[in-house]
Amino acid sequence: MVTKMSKKRKEVEIKTHKRLIKRRKPNRSVWGDIFLYLYLLFVAGVMVFPIVYAVSSALKPLDELFMFPPKIFPQNPTLDNFSDLFVTMGKSWVTFSRYLFNTVFITAVGTAGHLIIASMAAFVLAKYDFPGGKTFFRLVTVAMMFSGYVTAIPNYLIINAFGWIDSYWAIIIPAFASPMGLFLMKQFMEGLPTSLIEAAKIDGASEWKVFASIVMPNVKPAWMTLIIFSVQALWNNKAATFIYSEERKTLVYALQQIQSGGIARTGQGAAVLVVVMIVPILIFVFSESQILETMASSGLKD
Amino acid sequence: MKEYIKKYVMLRKHNASVAWKKAKRSKMCYAFLAPYAILFGLFVILPVISSIFFSFTYYNILESPRFIGLDNYISLLLEDDIFLIGIKNTLMIAVITGPLGYIMSFLFAWLINELPRWVRSVAVVVFYAPSIAGNCYVIFSVFFRGDAYGYVNAFLMELGIIDAPVLWFINPDYMLPICMLVILWMSLGTGFLSFVAGLQGVDRAQFEAGYMDGIKNRWQELWYITLPNMKPMLMFGAVMSITQAFGVCDVTMALCGYPSTDYAARTVVTHLFDYGYSRFEMGYASAIATILFLVMILCNKAIQSLLRRLGS
Repeated sequence: MVTKMSKKRKEVEIKTHKRLIKRRKPNRSVWGDIFLYLYLLFVAGVMVFPIVYAVSSALKPLDELFMFPPKIFPQNPTLDNFSDLFVTMGKSWVTFSRYLFNTVFITAVGTAGHLIIASMAAFVLAKYDFPGGKTFFRLVTVAMMFSGYVTAIPNYLIINAFGWIDSYWAIIIPAFASPMGLFLMKQFMEGLPTSLIEAAKIDGASEWKVFASIVMPNVKPAWMTLIIFSVQALWNNKAATFIYSEERKTLVYALQQIQSGGIARTGQGAAVLVVVMIVPILIFVFSESQILETMASSGLKD
Repeated sequence: MKEYIKKYVMLRKHNASVAWKKAKRSKMCYAFLAPYAILFGLFVILPVISSIFFSFTYYNILESPRFIGLDNYISLLLEDDIFLIGIKNTLMIAVITGPLGYIMSFLFAWLINELPRWVRSVAVVVFYAPSIAGNCYVIFSVFFRGDAYGYVNAFLMELGIIDAPVLWFINPDYMLPICMLVILWMSLGTGFLSFVAGLQGVDRAQFEAGYMDGIKNRWQELWYITLPNMKPMLMFGAVMSITQAFGVCDVTMALCGYPSTDYAARTVVTHLFDYGYSRFEMGYASAIATILFLVMILCNKAIQSLLRRLGS
């Protein structure tokens, strides 16, 4: 009798268990979820506030910029600050389009070169076992552990020895060798099935062909990730220590000169902030899912 | 004994010849690796080595370097008071913002992971944006402006907490805390992305199995299932946040000025720039860089061996 009862109870228990597991999140309480949402909403508000404030300042007319107490959102939004910015830039003897060209050139060439060179190295490090390969990769991971400031001074001396000071190459060539890109690309390529490469080889494809037409098209998410990290670094590069000639200075440098123009340029300064931050953020928004897919393999194994 | 040495040498020779044969067969690998390896050697390895070399010399670019032994290090550590301020500030920033930023990155990544799919992707953008927003952090100098019209000052005076405006970026008492606040605001960077991605990759079956084994709430789930699964990402995130925490200089230079009042916001990197680019004492600057390099590597190794023990 007793055993029958307990058997029945067990059956019921198992049933409820199964029902609970069918719910997507078995271990969650409703109150916990509500609290979580509220908390995240609050923190997100704090995080986004400075950015929203920068954007709204850029849209405020002059009288609202100095209004007290301040309003978060502009009453009469205008684009005056942006057009003023173009006027100010137009007054300098180096034109706006020249600064823009400099930045775009440095960013585009640096990113493209980094992508190709790092992918080539990542491919052999991920898929082939050859003497020195593992040691080299370990060196790269160590290089991620110290920031570029440590090597800033000798880097200057080396670039000087090449005669690249005051040219675009002073920024572009060192950017090719960023350790982060190689690391992410290699980790991602390890997830690629080796059979894919072997099949292509049996069909008589050369190594370069395997790399260019089998491997690279299959690691597109990693491309996006490398591109955003590289663009982020190069777009924000002021290059002030390497480039002296005004006509080769970057956009960010020129814009920040305007920003430091004092209180009369408050509005234009805010417009500068928006122009500078919009590019990396937009790239991230449009490639978020691919970047996350890459980062899933970013872990450091022992 | 001699036998042993002989055998050892023979073994070594054998290994070397095997490696050489392997290397010969994988010429193509080296060809692929070469462009990156050369640039990496030139712009990462060589600078580190030459920085160590120059740190033992007096070098001002114009004259050729003159060997002076440990003099640079001795005057750095014993005579240069401003460097000691820099070390103190950098350590304070690193010890406070490093771990806090790391924990924040993980905490928010974990909480965001509970959200439905589309809310999650919006949340990731919101939390990640500050770290890629260029120099948006200068907006904090508007919030913390020194006169009565600065928002924080006005707000605090309204509440009657202070009766005169505080010079946030000129008074040494307030500089560092505010800089840390700004650094924390920007601290959800690459590591955070890695955590978000890693959390999405944890096998769902493990949570179900855990439920059958009697895991009752999300905290237990976090400790017994999520954290052990996230170990590689946690390592990666730690590397990122340590590197960032010791390299602080942009924020302090932009907000507190360069040089800052009483050098109260000086960091090791600011000091490095001062000697490298303003005074052109490359030898001295290299000594600063070498010390920073050693501290970063040691710190990373220590944290990694700590994290390796997690969950085992």
